[in-house]
Amino acid sequence: MSERRPGTNYLNVSYGIRSWLFTVDHKRIALLYLGSVTLMFLLGTVFAGLVRLELLTPAGDLFSADSYNKIFTMHGIVMVFFFLIPGIPAVLGNFLIPMMVGARDLAFPRLNLLSWYLYTIGALFTLFNIVIGGVDTGWTFYTPYSSAWTTTNIVPVALGIFITGFSSILTGLNFIVTIHTMRAPGLTWFRLPLFVWAHYAMSIVVILGTPVIAITIVLLALERVFKLGFFDPALGGDPVLFQHFFWFYSHPAVYIMILPAMGVISEIIACFSRKRVFGYSFVAASSLAIALLGFLVWGHHMFVSGQSVFAGLVFSVLSFMVAIPSAVKVFNWTATLYKGSISFDTPMLYVFGFLGLFTIGGLTGLMLACLGIDVHVHDTYFIVAHFHYIMVGGTVMAYLGGLHFWWPKITGRMYPEWWGRLSALIVFVGFNLTFLPQFIVGYLGMPRRYHAYPDEFQVFNVMSSAGASILGVGYLIPLFYFAWSMRYGKKAPDNPFQATGLEWTTPSPPPTENFPVTPVVTEEAYAYEKMPIPAGGARAV
Amino acid sequence: MRSDLPLFPAQASTTAPHVDLLFLVVVALSIFFASLVVVLLLGFAVKYRRRAGDKPPAPIEGNHALEIAWMVIPLILAMGVFVWGAEVYFRLSRPPDDTLNVNVVGKRWMWKLQHPSGRREINELHVPVGTPVRLNMTSEDVIHSFFVPAFRIKADVLPGRYTTLWFEATRTGRYHLFCAEYCGTQHSGMTGWVEVMEPNAFQAWLSGAGSEVSMAAAGERRFNDLGCATCHSGTSGARGPNLDKLYGSEVKLEGGKTATADEAYLRESILFPAARVTAGYQPVMPTFRGLVNEEGILELIEYLKARAAAQETAPTGTPAVPTPPVPSAKKATVGSLP
Ligand code: HEM
Ligand SMILES: [Cu+2]
Repeated sequence: MSERRPGTNYLNVSYGIRSWLFTVDHKRIALLYLGSVTLMFLLGTVFAGLVRLELLTPAGDLFSADSYNKIFTMHGIVMVFFFLIPGIPAVLGNFLIPMMVGARDLAFPRLNLLSWYLYTIGALFTLFNIVIGGVDTGWTFYTPYSSAWTTTNIVPVALGIFITGFSSILTGLNFIVTIHTMRAPGLTWFRLPLFVWAHYAMSIVVILGTPVIAITIVLLALERVFKLGFFDPALGGDPVLFQHFFWFYSHPAVYIMILPAMGVISEIIACFSRKRVFGYSFVAASSLAIALLGFLVWGHHMFVSGQSVFAGLVFSVLSFMVAIPSAVKVFNWTATLYKGSISFDTPMLYVFGFLGLFTIGGLTGLMLACLGIDVHVHDTYFIVAHFHYIMVGGTVMAYLGGLHFWWPKITGRMYPEWWGRLSALIVFVGFNLTFLPQFIVGYLGMPRRYHAYPDEFQVFNVMSSAGASILGVGYLIPLFYFAWSMRYGKKAPDNPFQATGLEWTTPSPPPTENFPVTPVVTEEAYAYEKMPIPAGGARAV
Repeated sequence: MRSDLPLFPAQASTTAPHVDLLFLVVVALSIFFASLVVVLLLGFAVKYRRRAGDKPPAPIEGNHALEIAWMVIPLILAMGVFVWGAEVYFRLSRPPDDTLNVNVVGKRWMWKLQHPSGRREINELHVPVGTPVRLNMTSEDVIHSFFVPAFRIKADVLPGRYTTLWFEATRTGRYHLFCAEYCGTQHSGMTGWVEVMEPNAFQAWLSGAGSEVSMAAAGERRFNDLGCATCHSGTSGARGPNLDKLYGSEVKLEGGKTATADEAYLRESILFPAARVTAGYQPVMPTFRGLVNEEGILELIEYLKARAAAQETAPTGTPAVPTPPVPSAKKATVGSLP
């Protein structure tokens, strides 16, 4: 370790499959995750494409009802549990957090490797289920359908998700301990990059929430296999109890997905406007507020489930409150641009896309928090549109933006800027064409998870399917040029964007131990006033 | 593909305009804030775009007054929307006192409906215009959800529980009825129509089929066939309590608690008799699980309601003669409101 040959980095210190599969280097593990998460995203996108293909016509004529139900279920399960939840933390978080705090690795490197194995084993269980016939409950697994009625493979899928849950918990634990104990000298809490704050808040949610879904899944499996009556009224159970357990985790899970995304946005927006993030402490505090309030609003998924009017009121008012810290972030990011020096490189274009889509997703979320409106739109395409704006418009845009931003650091190569901008544009246009019509068709009354639908909904569905094909192209382009750039891209300097943050002070790609000498931090995050402006952003390099 | 493009659903109930107004106002507010953000973003992006030779901009830490303002103002607006939304929700949850009642049983994959007169329908619901209708709903298998977009109403239909919905149709016509909670293979086929008719036409339709017996009468027949009457004979030494005035009353239970004899209580007493035993009686009643289905239970309940109603009008212990159709005058507290 101490005798580093010049030019050695984490990628070329050793070769061969074993050196990757047994690595304990957080950066290599991040790349392992990048590989698996990308595969799962592609798979989820293929399922999405099939869903949209079926919905091109009102008659359910392409797939049987059963196949269709299995396809949208797999789309949801793969996207939520194997892409959205692990995505940013496992890839970008894993790669960056040790570097951002000036550490050599995460606190528990072997645990980190174990978490990748757990993720992979969980994913294999779920994929195995597809091979043996699929599952048709929707990713929400509502009982008593899932516990007593469906004949599909609930138990293997539940096991897959259960195992993957442990991978999340280990990652969250690792982040928290690392952030607490391994910060470089001088790196006080209020000098931490907001990316680190966001991951800290996310880790708290993961550690508190994931055990609940794990237990819920165990109860579901027990009821299915041993006919124990938890959820099925025919066995003396409560049909709605499952929903309480499920959403107690799965609503906060939305924040597991979006908090890291918000962290990414803060980093990029500061760099490409050459400004400190406006109101650093408010942005940091709002991450914690979102994480904690997020645990109190699960009942807004159940306004029409027969829960009491009083419960409805409480969950509604809390849901309105949890929206405020999110709004604060949007306002702060906007204000960050004020009097900046703004360039429009690919990561920044994704951030603009994020801000537009996240704003729409958030505002429609307020409509759903509003009791009188939710009763009508609940379980319609309005919901489908809303959660895609938040999860895809939020998380995926930030993920892609972040991947471009840190690509030079990760691979030591630049991505082709022109293609990057093109893809950002296509993704934005395709996204809106796909999901805006769904708000309308949802308010018109088209329920979700419908394999066939009345004729009058067709126009919007055709628009949506057309948009999906554009969006799909937008997602594929980066796949190709990222792969291309790994070999042929221009060599990246250590800090191509002249960004602040410890990760940019080390070579690209970094050496195994991250920093040749332990860094000492003497100033706040985002001291952009002390950085030179790269002429024309990244285009100069 | 159809050439007309509906952008807004038909407005066919007294509730719909309330929901739509609320929705449109919130949409307007949202568009305002979204435009504000977008205009500021684009404005800043253009005004402060990087130019050759830019010096690093002066740092701005933040501005507490401004930040507190943009927390407090949205919070106040949000609370306003919350209160308004809650008001509309109350409206949706509180049926008026006098309603026409229809029983609904969801079953994979059809809607089975029955009017108090006994008239049954499947995947069709006929109702008169201008009359409040209350649906008393339960499921035979999994969770379904009763959704009529034109009325802006929806409530989950749960196995083992009763939920209610109410609406007053304002326009005649045929409106989509959907199942909105995923319920398995033919979920998207679990659809139907609500047919809103002129009151005369509705009366004609209701008496159209002719041969049916009212739900209460059918319930009475079941009551006798299942042998309920042997214990619930109404005489003083009977093994079971007198059921004449039961529906809607407060029941004293073994162990000192009380219970309101609503639909949920009656259903439980039939299927799980040991769960809540009336004070002064032995827990000897057998369960009727498997012997009577959800529709049968609803008929039995209808019969008991009719008995209680007959007691109210005829206070001097005349034997209960159900008088169909019985729009239950008494406002029931149903297990849980939507
Ligand atoms: C090409 C882009 C996409 C298209 C066209 C698309 C389309 C759809 C459609 C039509 C549904 C509704 C299925 C139904 O309820 O009947 C759906 C559900 C869903 N989508 Fe997507 N989607 C896309 C991308 C994504 C992405 C990127 C994610 C997450 C990262 C995602 C997450 C989900 C989830 C969680 C559901 C719910 C599944 C369920 O109802 O069980 N989607 N998607
Ligand atoms: Cu259904």
